[in-house]
Amino acid sequence: MLQNVCKIAGRARSSGVPARFASVWAKVEKGPEDPILGVTVAFNKDTHADKINLGVGAYRDDNNKPFVLDCVRKAEQKIFEAKVDHEYTPIGGSAAFNKLAQSLVFGEESAAVKAKRIVTVQAISGTGALRVGADFMKRFVDVPLGPNGKKVVYVPQPTWGNHIPIYQDAGMDVKFYKYYNDKTCGLDFEGMANDLKTIPSQSIVLLHACAHNPTGVDPSPEQWKAISAICKEKGHFLFVDLAYQGFASGDPERDALAVRLLVQDGHNIGVSQSFAKNFGLYGERIGALSFVTASAEEAERVESQLKILIRPMYSNPPVYGARVVSEILASKELTSLWRTEVKVMADRIIDMRSSLRSLLKEFGSKRDWSHITNQIGMFCYSGMKPEEVDALARDHHVYLTRNGRISVAGITSKNVKHLAKSMVDVTKGL
Amino acid sequence: MGCGASSASHNVSSSMSKPTGTASSSAEQKVVRRIISAALIPVESENSFTNMASWFDKVPEAPVDPILGLNAAFKADPAAHKLNLGVGAYRTEDGKPWVLSSVKRAEEIILNSGKYNKEYLPIDGLPEFNVASARLMFGEQLYEANAARIVTVQSLSGTGGLKIAADFIHKFMPHATVYISDPTWANHKSIMSLAGVPWKAYRYIDRATNGLDFGGMVADLDAAPDGSVVLLHSCAHNPTGVDPSTDQWATLADLVHRKGHFVLFDNAYQGFASGDLDRDAYSVRLFLQRGFQFIVTQSFAKNFGLYAERIGACNVITGNEREANCVRSQLKLISRATFSNPPIHGALIVSIVLSNAELTALWKSELKSMADRIIRMRQVGCPPNLALVSASSSPSSSSSSHHLLLFLLRLVALLVLFLRPDRPGSANMLLLLLCVVPAWTSLSECRLCIALDASRSCSIVSYGWVPVDRAATDSIVC
Repeated sequence: MLQNVCKIAGRARSSGVPARFASVWAKVEKGPEDPILGVTVAFNKDTHADKINLGVGAYRDDNNKPFVLDCVRKAEQKIFEAKVDHEYTPIGGSAAFNKLAQSLVFGEESAAVKAKRIVTVQAISGTGALRVGADFMKRFVDVPLGPNGKKVVYVPQPTWGNHIPIYQDAGMDVKFYKYYNDKTCGLDFEGMANDLKTIPSQSIVLLHACAHNPTGVDPSPEQWKAISAICKEKGHFLFVDLAYQGFASGDPERDALAVRLLVQDGHNIGVSQSFAKNFGLYGERIGALSFVTASAEEAERVESQLKILIRPMYSNPPVYGARVVSEILASKELTSLWRTEVKVMADRIIDMRSSLRSLLKEFGSKRDWSHITNQIGMFCYSGMKPEEVDALARDHHVYLTRNGRISVAGITSKNVKHLAKSMVDVTKGL
Repeated sequence: MGCGASSASHNVSSSMSKPTGTASSSAEQKVVRRIISAALIPVESENSFTNMASWFDKVPEAPVDPILGLNAAFKADPAAHKLNLGVGAYRTEDGKPWVLSSVKRAEEIILNSGKYNKEYLPIDGLPEFNVASARLMFGEQLYEANAARIVTVQSLSGTGGLKIAADFIHKFMPHATVYISDPTWANHKSIMSLAGVPWKAYRYIDRATNGLDFGGMVADLDAAPDGSVVLLHSCAHNPTGVDPSTDQWATLADLVHRKGHFVLFDNAYQGFASGDLDRDAYSVRLFLQRGFQFIVTQSFAKNFGLYAERIGACNVITGNEREANCVRSQLKLISRATFSNPPIHGALIVSIVLSNAELTALWKSELKSMADRIIRMRQVGCPPNLALVSASSSPSSSSSSHHLLLFLLRLVALLVLFLRPDRPGSANMLLLLLCVVPAWTSLSECRLCIALDASRSCSIVSYGWVPVDRAATDSIVC
């Protein structure tokens, strides 16, 4: 028997790579570099003392330092002292965390929450929630197929860059609906409404709940009502990306307004929730995915299918970030502290917007920069052209992405004057 | 370009349509039809927008995960006598989870040093972790010799690493079928299916002997088309625990070379299997040494006890540095669209331990103690009838069969007592006492365990009362 086996396997003990392997790697091309990362790379290379990085997608304090929230530190201390283990969580994450995450988004008093018809599972931050949500919609949400024979997701123009590969990797096509008006640097509401009406009925539509990324342009409450009505009439399936709850206005309830309105209007929505910015827990990758269903029984079925999707992706989610968030939201004292701190972050952003706008005027720019304060959240679509952005980098050591997107988190009281002067210079006082 | 008037308060234009009663367009008709056809919900009127048909009413209930679902079932079981022989997580002699001291020390450093914040890791993970992980896998020498062509990306434990590998295989080896062992970890099949990679089974276990069916394995891998992907467990095969010998690994390497197969190693138990990190890495290092290109995933769930932190790595061995850079960029695209960047906590713990000589030494000794306990449990031999009874995971054994068992065990003890008189007198006395304890005392909650060494027919190795809820491995714990 052994002889036969050896015969089959061959006695030759050569090392070296068989020729056929070369073809596998030869086909692998270098993937495109992340554009936002490119900004940081260029910034790091620059040795100028007054350089400013406006590409950063994380909050910075007024000294331009990363900020770990005090409520987080306190929660971590408690967790450490409790000497917890590292045992696997359930596939959908811990029930305690999921309940707290759900209440934060939908409100404890929500009828849907009380009726247990919302299913919430822990996710790998916002991206993970979007991805599992995408896989779920691909498998179960019955919408007409697009021209490529795939389900289509309609996203705003523009949207967060990563939305597109997430949906594509999940096997769906991405199309755009009008959103940003680059003449007004505000919302193209008519264009958006019209597109939502003319796309096929029962389409999947992605909405940003607040602090639209990358423009900072949000619909008003009245506009949200109108959007809800249009989508209802068309029977669209709505998926809401909520990455900045509390971080946009400083008020978590106010930032969840769109989500709660849609649920109240009877939409059964999907929601991706991130705790990266509002809890400063970026690298811990803590988020949640929710679906609002018709009944508690339906919610259970949906949950069972979400687990089937999660298990082959990563089996069960990382526990540490969930523990921190749970510790905070389960404690009145720590929740209160969190609310104070998230307001501090939001207020600093709002202050910097205000400072920048008034300084631009003070330094002689004739342009209307009101969109800087009209827009909300971490990002501001400045309206600057690619050539102006290049000039900012080249002549003033100010770095941002070429679409003119400023991360307001990178502005401080110490650098805002330099920034304003630079912007006035490259836009030639227009 | 200037921006026009403030856009803060758009007037809601008259083009906004309110829901009307006239469902004239075909799109609106479709919506109404859908509502009607969803028989659950009564249609009040065409304007009944508060009673939309549910998107999810056709979503079927999925079966519970065969492994992880068992945990839930165990927890839900109210019976006093229950055993959990399901989930693959280490337990101490007291049946408890174990947090390693080396891990605790690393967590203390993270908390108190003031050096660490919560910023995003790079898409491919913590660089220090990636290097440490690869060093551990391949050993210092092999790693140094091959570093330029090795790509390591941090992954969500072993599962996450396999998913990255599966997505990569799907994209860049679109015609390949993956060959997986029969049996294998159930999730392997789900991972390949989700990634759209077809899989087939190769023979692995000889169910008559519970040993390796090496001939069958070789025959099946030889019959597979050239250039197939072969999933191999580098050590501590899950679920059989049966591994090829070093000679058999050499034979497999020859076969892989001859057939031009591409190997995907699942390496989830390095150090946890034998207690020796290098020994458990033998198969992977053999393949690297032989010059193969392959993928090996790593999990730190078991060997660091970091299960829920989801820390692992996916290593791709390419041909050269240029290829490595291309492959790395492609793996990053996969990760970016799945989770953007991986979680810090587990990566920091592993990297802190492995960068500190003292903590590494502590970790290695703790790892060895875990492996040793498992090996000890396996070595406590049992005659077939006793082993069968004690290994039963049936949670609801009736008390009458329980009493019957006690009676039988006492009978055996009696027989042993009288048939082996060369025992010290004190042991004989103890055995006698054990035999006469009545079954209906509170000790009936315990099980009299007699461990008999099967190699020396029926001589007693150990005995004692064992609480029935102690989680045992596949042997009696005494």
